[in-house]
Amino acid sequence: METIQKKADEGITSELALVQAAKKGDLEAFSELVRRYDRNIFRIAQHITHNEEDAQDVVQDAFLKAYQNLEQFQGNSKFYTWLVRIAVNEALMRLRKRRNDRTVSLDEDVETEDGAIPREVADWSPNPEQLYGTAELGDILKKTIQGLSPGFRTVFVLRDVEGLSTEETAEMLGLSVPAVKSRLLRARLQLRERLARYFKSKRGGDGQP
Amino acid sequence: MKCKDFLKELTDYLDGKISESLKAELDDHMLWCHECHVVVNTTKKTIEIYRDNQIYELPEDLRTRLHQAIMVKCKQSSHGKKSH
Repeated sequence: METIQKKADEGITSELALVQAAKKGDLEAFSELVRRYDRNIFRIAQHITHNEEDAQDVVQDAFLKAYQNLEQFQGNSKFYTWLVRIAVNEALMRLRKRRNDRTVSLDEDVETEDGAIPREVADWSPNPEQLYGTAELGDILKKTIQGLSPGFRTVFVLRDVEGLSTEETAEMLGLSVPAVKSRLLRARLQLRERLARYFKSKRGGDGQP
Repeated sequence: MKCKDFLKELTDYLDGKISESLKAELDDHMLWCHECHVVVNTTKKTIEIYRDNQIYELPEDLRTRLHQAIMVKCKQSSHGKKSH
């Protein structure tokens, strides 16, 4: 079976050169780093906060913090890994603020049994995406991933959407490799379980899930 | 192999990170267990759907605005920065 994980980012050498230049105060070099990663950071921030305004703030604050703390970046990990770590922390902070809830953390809901045992075992339509229009499909995907706890959806987004390795994800989130793996399995199964309602071969008798 | 054991290996199986011998065992299980077969296929599809349909793209005009705002803030911050 083909591997799902995408190849890691290329161009590490030039990234390092940009970081070195930015450290010396070359704003144009830092601007290039922003351009290289702003889309990824925005996506990750949106996935965690589910709020576009917050996501915009996260993008700005994460890059600014990265710039201000460039001296502390040692270069023993990739700049992107380091940047995402900053962005994830910023995003979780915003999420807590909005929910007025200090308990939001990556450790939330680890013991949940939701989706741990597959219940939906009917096969899906051959091309489930084609059952819906683009906008409708987008809404379904958003609604479904929003139902996951922050810890699960963050791991899923970094590993499966952004294509990072388990090790990189662990480093970014300050989690162990087994912890990332167990969250990833749960996240994938929960999403699968919820999407099954929309994508099953025979759609429910009442038309809507 | 039981379905429960199969499930434990699902993530590594989908990521192609298992030994040949374990892969053979899992493939064999899927031959007769329709439910695990469905779970594998639909989980794979779940990942593909999320990967292929980016739901949070950054619109180009917003991107430009954010970029400008970031660079202005960085500039301001380097003025106040202590030399290393």
